[in-house]
Amino acid sequence: MYRFKHHRPTTIDEAQSIFAACDDPSYLSGGMTLIPTMKQRLASPTDLIDLSQVEGLTGITFHSGLVRIGAFTRHAVVANSAEVAKAIPALAYLAAQIGDNQVRNRGTLGGSVANSDPAADYPAAVVGLGATIVTSQRQIAGDTFFQDLFETALEPGELITAIEFPIPEKAVYRKFPNPASRYAVAGVMVARFPRGVRVGVTGAGPCAFRATALENALNQSFNPDALNAVEIPDAGFNSDLHASAEYRAHLVKVLAKRAVQALC
Amino acid sequence: MSTSVASSESASTSSSGLKPSGLNPSGIGASVLRREDARFITGNGRYTDDIRVEGQVYAVFVRSPYAHAKVTRVDIGDALATPRVIAVLTGADMQADGIGGLPCGWMVKQKDGTDMRSPNHPPLVVDKVNYAGEPVAIVIAETVEAARQGADAVAVDYDELQAIIDLGTATDSSEIHPGISNNLAYEWELGDRAATDAALASAAHVTRLDLTNNRLIPNAIEPRAALGVFDATTGEHTLYTTSQNPHLERLVLSAFVNIAPEHKLRVIAPDVGGGFGSKIFIYSEETAVIWAARRVRRPVKWTADRSESFLADAHGRDHLTHAELGIDASGNFVALKVHTVANLGAYLSTFGSSVPTYLYGTLLAGQYRTPNIHVEVQGVFTNTAPVDAYRGAGRPEATYVVERIVENAARELQQDPAELRRRNMIQPDQFPYQTPVALVYDVGDYEKSLDKALGLIDYDGFSARRKISEAKGHHRGIGLACYIEACGLAPSKLAIALGAGVGLYESGEVRMNPTGSVTVFTGSHSHGQGHETTFAQVVSDKLGVPFDAVEVVHGDTGRVEFGLGTYGSRSLAVGGSALIRASEKIINKGRKIAAHLMEGAEEAVDFSGGRFSLRDSNRSLSIQEVAFAAYVPGNYPDDLEPGLSEKAFYDPQNFTYPAGTHIAEVEIDGETGVVSVVNFVAVDDFGRIINPLIVHGQVHGGVAQGIGQALLEIGLYDSNGQLLTGSMMDYCLPRADDLPDFVVGTTVTHCTHNPLGVKGCGEAGAIGSPAAVMNAVTDALGVDEVSMPATPEKVWRILQGRSPRRMA
Ligand SMILES: Cc1cc2nc3c(=O)[nH]c(=O)nc-3n(C[C@H](O)[C@H](O)[C@H](O)COP(=O)(O)OP(=O)(O)OC[C@H]3O[C@@H](n4cnc5c(N)ncnc54)[C@H](O)[C@@H]3O)c2cc1C
Repeated sequence: MYRFKHHRPTTIDEAQSIFAACDDPSYLSGGMTLIPTMKQRLASPTDLIDLSQVEGLTGITFHSGLVRIGAFTRHAVVANSAEVAKAIPALAYLAAQIGDNQVRNRGTLGGSVANSDPAADYPAAVVGLGATIVTSQRQIAGDTFFQDLFETALEPGELITAIEFPIPEKAVYRKFPNPASRYAVAGVMVARFPRGVRVGVTGAGPCAFRATALENALNQSFNPDALNAVEIPDAGFNSDLHASAEYRAHLVKVLAKRAVQALC
Repeated sequence: MSTSVASSESASTSSSGLKPSGLNPSGIGASVLRREDARFITGNGRYTDDIRVEGQVYAVFVRSPYAHAKVTRVDIGDALATPRVIAVLTGADMQADGIGGLPCGWMVKQKDGTDMRSPNHPPLVVDKVNYAGEPVAIVIAETVEAARQGADAVAVDYDELQAIIDLGTATDSSEIHPGISNNLAYEWELGDRAATDAALASAAHVTRLDLTNNRLIPNAIEPRAALGVFDATTGEHTLYTTSQNPHLERLVLSAFVNIAPEHKLRVIAPDVGGGFGSKIFIYSEETAVIWAARRVRRPVKWTADRSESFLADAHGRDHLTHAELGIDASGNFVALKVHTVANLGAYLSTFGSSVPTYLYGTLLAGQYRTPNIHVEVQGVFTNTAPVDAYRGAGRPEATYVVERIVENAARELQQDPAELRRRNMIQPDQFPYQTPVALVYDVGDYEKSLDKALGLIDYDGFSARRKISEAKGHHRGIGLACYIEACGLAPSKLAIALGAGVGLYESGEVRMNPTGSVTVFTGSHSHGQGHETTFAQVVSDKLGVPFDAVEVVHGDTGRVEFGLGTYGSRSLAVGGSALIRASEKIINKGRKIAAHLMEGAEEAVDFSGGRFSLRDSNRSLSIQEVAFAAYVPGNYPDDLEPGLSEKAFYDPQNFTYPAGTHIAEVEIDGETGVVSVVNFVAVDDFGRIINPLIVHGQVHGGVAQGIGQALLEIGLYDSNGQLLTGSMMDYCLPRADDLPDFVVGTTVTHCTHNPLGVKGCGEAGAIGSPAAVMNAVTDALGVDEVSMPATPEKVWRILQGRSPRRMA
């Protein structure tokens, strides 16, 4: 790890003005991605702006048809929240599948979503539930938030403050964990809303995306067999030691069918 | 006699089905809880990195990013100018100081009678790098951070060379080490080639199989570490390090590497957090640290990070094998022929040469009467980390060959795999049994373990369970492995005749203190095995003293006379036997003292349960009273030395031969290819069992590692020699939820040639399980072979009827 300066702002404005004043700053949330990256000397920010004391970044609240979760909320808090489990059981379940206890007790929703790791779990919920990313500047639709491998719609210095998840009639998340890292090789969130079905996919592509072909098939007939004929092209999918693009495409379909099965 | 703590411990464990056999509740056969665990699980262990010496400084190694390159220049100027850096030392400095290369401790004779070819292995690179991660320079600074910055500032010019990585083609590639043609360290053979060929030619059936034994990367919880201290006033060097065999480390550093004479070099291996073999060897970094401590006149500490462990610890396994098994018309094995290409990595590690030869070829008879066996092994250099012993060391590889091919033969002949094995097993009345591959098995009852394992897994109920799986769209398979291993390394004369550079006896000292407590010194080393408990049980039982009155000291050349360390499941069979011998000497001397005190004849004094008693009298003395008399010799035999402390060196007459049957049952998800081990039974014959709880723990850990090899783990390099699986993100170690509840059973035949009748249990789990699991996987899939690890995509492709994707 290289030397850096540590800042501990208490307000969103302060965090942003520190960000603007620094050479090569980075927000520090749970640190579960950023710190290992720095230890391996793959990142060397000059300044870390610690979000842990910033007001207004935590808490889970319920509004008409929405669950709003503060960006600094730890995975374990979401996983163990009885209210989340009641409103969107799939979301609490998803949070419980992330990493291990240590990671869940440190890692945060905002950090996970801001990072846009192709294998992260939360992005499947953001896309699959049609969430809204609330930032220091604006609101960003979940569908347009993830742009590429580790790339999001966030502008430099823009801070995620909360994420609003619409409450579906029913939703299920299914994940195929990487045997070594336990990140998602593929993860699929299938959600039923009065206006139709949404399917969010993580792990398979460079970033999370909606699987519209699966959505269309399910909107016509909501049962696992409706997906049999759907082709999932693997062009542009990730391919690594653990899974080829082709296998990932296959897994997306299997997981989607299993999610639908659980919803029927 | 025992304390209440110990008896309540054994009571609680006996409720879990582990019953002590004797009267002594903490003696032989009792499931005493490990006394060392209290300090380990409360964070009070004292590991090398915990030790702080006044004035210590920190070392970081500059490692080569290339697998194969000429080093044309090492510029240390900027590094030396880095704040708080106090020294930057290179291979040239080491050479100038007369520090020699790291030797290989086992000279293997080639089949043409010539010596194997062993390249020089300088601890720090002098002019050529041979694997990615090889240390090029050591940077020493006041803080780790400064040392790291200094290391970044060392400018090394590399001329990259073509890396030789692929094991299958390495012998046809350019030379890694000048003068070592075809990259061959040796071509070695064992057995009668002509007789084997003839028997194969006339066999009614021949089963053929090509196998890979995947490269594994050991991952002890504690990474390697070293703290070198030099005392300029006495000239004494002290090296604290993560070693499984501190005396051997001292011997090699002194005799071969020229660090310091033995009496000026002390090696201390304090608490060590696991080894699995990887901490047997004499490595570059530890050597550089103790040498550097003298150069800079400051204590120097180095602790590997996990990435360094992946790159630079010796790896395990990595074989390509072709095997042929000939069977006659009645189902008897008539010949086994094996050809193996073994990856030795870039250099010959300390025992790297012996693992795929003497620890492998000699085990190819398995549990069977196969009369003709021939094995040929090519030991091959590649630009990868050196390969050496890893839990099981050669014996898992041998078991894998024998048990995979026997299983396939049964399928080809449409016979029950259990029955084909049974038909060929060596029978209890055939011991001692001379195999065609050098070993003489002393004792065993293989069918007994087989039958017990078949019963425990409900072998007969398998087809019903398979139907249930199939109804869910899953595939179910069952697989056996009837393994044997040679442990208790080793009869010194034999080992030395076969090329070992050292004897393989063990030393033990039993010191009765004046007030009757006992301090035991052993040359074995405990780094997870629980010697402090087991060895105390053995001595407590033998001398009839309370368990809590026995302290076990190990891991310090300054306190323990000599030792050869812990590997090859040798500690109890060899080290424990030395303690028995030393204890017998204590009893014999005690008998003389007791006879004198009781005014009787020595021959009339019996010893049992900690008391010397004079036959046909009511006179008796406790061993504690006798010890006191030995140290306060007022009333004492004239011809006897005072004191009651005895030493013994125990050299085994033979190997020990633990054997057993492991059976795995797997279920494969028909849609994803995920393999789950749903049942696992291990029935092992370890001879006499001292502590069932520890033995079961050893089996659990070993089986977990074996399942890891079969399903999860592989060390992979890309074609440039970059390690692809260099972290836990990609190298998949088994976790609890990857494993079923193991069913562990034992059968017992006592080893015939050591005083405890013990055989060793440390490696068996890792030896039997890979073959059992892969036999189950191939059974479920209905195919001849799936290469390890059977990862989901690989299995899914087989389910699709497709050929596997190349992984690297
Ligand atoms: C061993 C291990 C296993 C893991 N397994 C999984 C898994 O199975 N599934 C999974 O999804 N994840 C997994 N993770 C990742 C984990 O969920 C992290 O918590 C997450 O990726 C990052 O969240 P964080 O709070 O730690 O963010 P940090 O590491 O602190 O930050 C990550 C990045 O986001 C930026 N950032 C943080 N907060 C904000 C914000 N509010 N606004 C804008 N930018 C911000 C930071 O500047 C940084 O660039 C694992 C991590 C580890 C170490």
